[in-house]
Amino acid sequence: MNVRITLRVDGEERSTTVDSRTTLLDALREHLSVTSPKKGCDHGQCGACTVLIDGRRMLSCLKLLVGCDGSDVVTANGLGAASGKSEAVRDPAGELGGLHAVQRAFLDHDGFQCGYCTPGQICSAVGMFEEAAAGQPSHVTTDLADERIVLDDAELRERMSGNLCRCGAYVNILAALRAAQPRSPAGRAPSELPEDGA
Amino acid sequence: MIPFDYQRAAAPADAVAAVAGRPGAAFLGGGTNLVDHMKLGVAGPDLVVDVSELPLNHVLETDTGALRIGATVRNSDLAAHPLVRRRYPALCRALLSGASGQLRNAATTAGNLLQRTRCPYFQDTSTPCNKREPGTGCSAIGGHTREQAILGASAHCIAVHPSDMAVAMLALDASVGVLGPYGERTLPLDALHRLPGDAPEQDTVLRHGELITDVELPARRFAARSTYRKVRDRASYAFALVSVAAALDLDDGVVRDARVALGGVAHAPWRATRAEEVLRGAVASEGTFRQAADAELTAARPYGGNAYKVPMVRNTLVAVLRGLTAERPDRPYPGWHGPGLEEESG
Repeated sequence: MNVRITLRVDGEERSTTVDSRTTLLDALREHLSVTSPKKGCDHGQCGACTVLIDGRRMLSCLKLLVGCDGSDVVTANGLGAASGKSEAVRDPAGELGGLHAVQRAFLDHDGFQCGYCTPGQICSAVGMFEEAAAGQPSHVTTDLADERIVLDDAELRERMSGNLCRCGAYVNILAALRAAQPRSPAGRAPSELPEDGA
Repeated sequence: MIPFDYQRAAAPADAVAAVAGRPGAAFLGGGTNLVDHMKLGVAGPDLVVDVSELPLNHVLETDTGALRIGATVRNSDLAAHPLVRRRYPALCRALLSGASGQLRNAATTAGNLLQRTRCPYFQDTSTPCNKREPGTGCSAIGGHTREQAILGASAHCIAVHPSDMAVAMLALDASVGVLGPYGERTLPLDALHRLPGDAPEQDTVLRHGELITDVELPARRFAARSTYRKVRDRASYAFALVSVAAALDLDDGVVRDARVALGGVAHAPWRATRAEEVLRGAVASEGTFRQAADAELTAARPYGGNAYKVPMVRNTLVAVLRGLTAERPDRPYPGWHGPGLEEESG
C-alpha cells in the first residue's frame, strides 16, 4: 500500500510517497536525504535514530512514516540556529555559531569518538532537558512528588540510558550534558557541580 | 516485512469494527513492540489500525475517587501525572523503571499491557516456539532458561511477561475496560493475562477485535504505601529478572491489608495471593515477610538456569516489605536515595 505523507522535517514541509512499511528513519535517510539520524540496531535498542517528534524524543526506527502525517520532526541536523526554522526546538540565544547549545557542548567536551551515536545522543539530550524542565521524574528521582528536578550525574545517566555508545565515550558525554543543561532562573541547574577533569 | 494496509481510526468503535472485520488485522499503539515484531517476522498483520490518536488520552479522577487512565496515555505522561506520583508510587516507579525515555514517550498504557514476551526463542523465527507457531515445541525448555518463568509455566511454554507497569497495576487492584464488536466489558487486570497451559499463543483472554479503552485504579488505603522494585542485569534500560510491587495498609504495626505482585517470574504478571494471606492480619515483621515470601515460593518450579530467581524473589520481596514499613515508604527500599547521590536531600 502506497501512501502520500506530508510532514515538517527540520522546519521545512516535505512530502513523499512511500510503501506503508517504511519507517520514519528509512524515509528520512532514503527518501528525504536527511542522514543525521543513524540506523544502529533498527530494533529500538540503541537510540542512534532518536529524533524529536512534535517536540518529544522518540525512536524513528520504530515509527511507521504513515503514522507521521502532519508531524513536526526535528533531527540533529535541524537543531542549530543556522537551520533553526523548526517550531518545536530552537536555540533561543541564536549565538552559537549555528550550533545548538547541546551540539556545542559535545564539541567542547569531546563527547564522542566515532560519532555514529552522536546525532541520536544530541536529540535525546535536547528532549531530556525539556522533560526535566517540565518536572518529569526519573527512576532515580528520590521524591516523586517534587517537580523541581535537579539534574545531577545520576539523573543524567539514568535519563540518557536509552542511547548507547559502543566507543564508550560516556565520560565525556556526561561532561557535555553537565555543561549543556539549561540554567533555570531559579538556579536549580547544578552548575556548581565539578566537571571531573573534563 | 509483509505488506499491509494502514488506517488511522478516529473513534474506538471504528477501530474495533476495522479489526474485528478482518482476521489478519492488528491494532497499532505506540509501535514499540509491534513494529519490531513486524520487522522480525514475528507478526505479519495485513491491516494495521492505528489507535494511537484515539481520544483516549485522559487521566481522570472518577466520582468514587478512582483513577481512570486512557488507553493511549503515554507511559512517560502517566508517570509524570501528579495524581500518579502522589497516590500510586508503585505505578510511578514501575513506569519509570521500564525501557528508556524515548520508548516511554511512545509506548501507551494499553500497548504496555499487551506487549509480548521478550523470550529470545519467541523473537527468533528460525527456532521452534509454541507461542509463535503453536505445535512446534518450546525451545526454551532444555535451552537457555536464565530469564524464564519459575511460576505457572507449562510443558508448552516457560516465557515471562515483560511489563513493569502491569505488575504495579496488578498490586493496585486495577481493572481494564474493553470495547469489542459486541459491546463493552470490564475485567479485573488479574483476569486479563493467561497462564500458558496448552495455548501459549494466547497471551490474554481478549478476543480478536477487542480493544482496551482504559484502566481504572480504585481508591484503596494501601495505594499510598506502595512501591516497585526491579532487579535487572544493568542499572537502567533492561528487562526485569524479577520485580516486586507491593502495597501495605498498616495499623499500628499490624498489616490490615496487603497486595503483592511479581514480575519476571511467570507468563502473566503474578499476583502473590499466598503471600498476601500470610501478611493480612500479621505483625509487620521480618519474620512475617520471610514467611510470606516462602508461602508464595512453595509453588516455584525453576528450570535449571533460572533457579537463582527463587532466592532473588524471596530477598527482594522481604526487602520491599521492610522498606514499606519504614518511615519513608515511597523509597523503593531502605536507604534509597538514588544511585550516585552522597546524601539524602529533602
